[in-house]
Amino acid sequence: MAQDSTAHHHDSNSKRIWSVFIILSIVTIVEVILGILKPEFLVDNNLVNMSLLNWIFIVLTLYKAYYIAWSFMHLEQEAKWLRRVIVWTALFLVIYLIFILLNEGFYIYQVYKEGYVAWDF
Amino acid sequence: MEATVARTGTEGKTWGGGNEPLKASYGKMMMWFFILSDALTFSGFLAAYGFSRFKFADIWPIADEVFNHFPFLHGVDAPMYYVALMTFILIFSSVTMVLAVDAGHQLKKAKVTFYMFLTIIGGVIFLGSQAWEWSNFISGEYGAVTTTGGNILQIVDAEGERVALEEIAIEEASVRREHEDNVGLWFESGEGLPSYSIEEVKAGFAANENLLIRTGVLGENGEKVILSRQESLAKLNNEATGVVEGANLEHNEYGPPLFADFFFFITGFHGFHVFSGVILNIIIFLNVIVGTYERRGSYEMVEKVGLYWHFVDLVWVFVFTFFYLV
Repeated sequence: MAQDSTAHHHDSNSKRIWSVFIILSIVTIVEVILGILKPEFLVDNNLVNMSLLNWIFIVLTLYKAYYIAWSFMHLEQEAKWLRRVIVWTALFLVIYLIFILLNEGFYIYQVYKEGYVAWDF
Repeated sequence: MEATVARTGTEGKTWGGGNEPLKASYGKMMMWFFILSDALTFSGFLAAYGFSRFKFADIWPIADEVFNHFPFLHGVDAPMYYVALMTFILIFSSVTMVLAVDAGHQLKKAKVTFYMFLTIIGGVIFLGSQAWEWSNFISGEYGAVTTTGGNILQIVDAEGERVALEEIAIEEASVRREHEDNVGLWFESGEGLPSYSIEEVKAGFAANENLLIRTGVLGENGEKVILSRQESLAKLNNEATGVVEGANLEHNEYGPPLFADFFFFITGFHGFHVFSGVILNIIIFLNVIVGTYERRGSYEMVEKVGLYWHFVDLVWVFVFTFFYLV
């Protein structure tokens, strides 16, 4: 039973799979090239405490993550709320965790730097 | 299979498991919830890494200087290439996995078998690459000197090129001896001695006028600060307490020990996931060969293990960015 229904409904997605592979490869190559060259204007200019280069890396990473989750893990074919349960939960908790920990890390950095804590001896 | 399942007459109905909330089967949804919780574990690791990095922002090692090896290119400075290769291997094994899932939807057993096989091979190659990366990291290349405060001092020549301890140390008759459990408490033994003592390194450093000390501190231009000859001698003679070669959980010749700790924990935890993924893939692969899913009429197990495998790839994308790029 299941045999006929699945056999008829599923056309091959291999075209889409290969195009996603090409996108992921190109993004990775761009990341590696940027990581090796480290263009000066990207390293020297900051946006919210971080260099533009690092922002580019993070955006490209999220771009890759999107393609892996949506295409390879078939999230785009799942029910809308299953997708939301997974993605929103993760995003909310991760953003919160990052905010809390990086903030605290930066605070300790300043205590080391400007407070009266000796670390280089 | 059939013989072990009691027929209740509710198959396909709500109480027989026929209800599929969110249009996902039980197994698939549980795999997604597992992946979500695992993703949060990895986020915890990576955010903690970020915390330590922000805390030691000025003395964090530069990844390009730590991970700059490539097989068969000994002594060549090749940052990024190797880890980029590892990334490609993992992405490609993800592609073969999704092709296997796709072939499974069309119930093509031969194709599923072939793509699963490629996926397993990719996973094994990745694991081997990671072992090679670890062994380079653990054995280290140049060696360094550690100070009272636990910071790392590296030795460079006049051009700023790193110099290995073995090139400069002047060996002297030494009374150093590894502590063994037969000379003291039976349950305590030593950690193993570094190749050279701090005195030998100091003597070698003093004898060669060209040598300078490079501190772990990042200067304005994003490069580590190199001290003048005068300052170098003072620093080495006053503060240096020991020799560090390579990295383990307590000592790290590249910078703060935390860097090594996070490297071992995060890539190790990820590597463990790859390892279990390969094992799961092999189990499913064997099931495909003996025709379990062919008879079941559904290759959903391939899809579920595929979800896990893609997740491992997804995590690597983040590890790659935060350990090697940023």
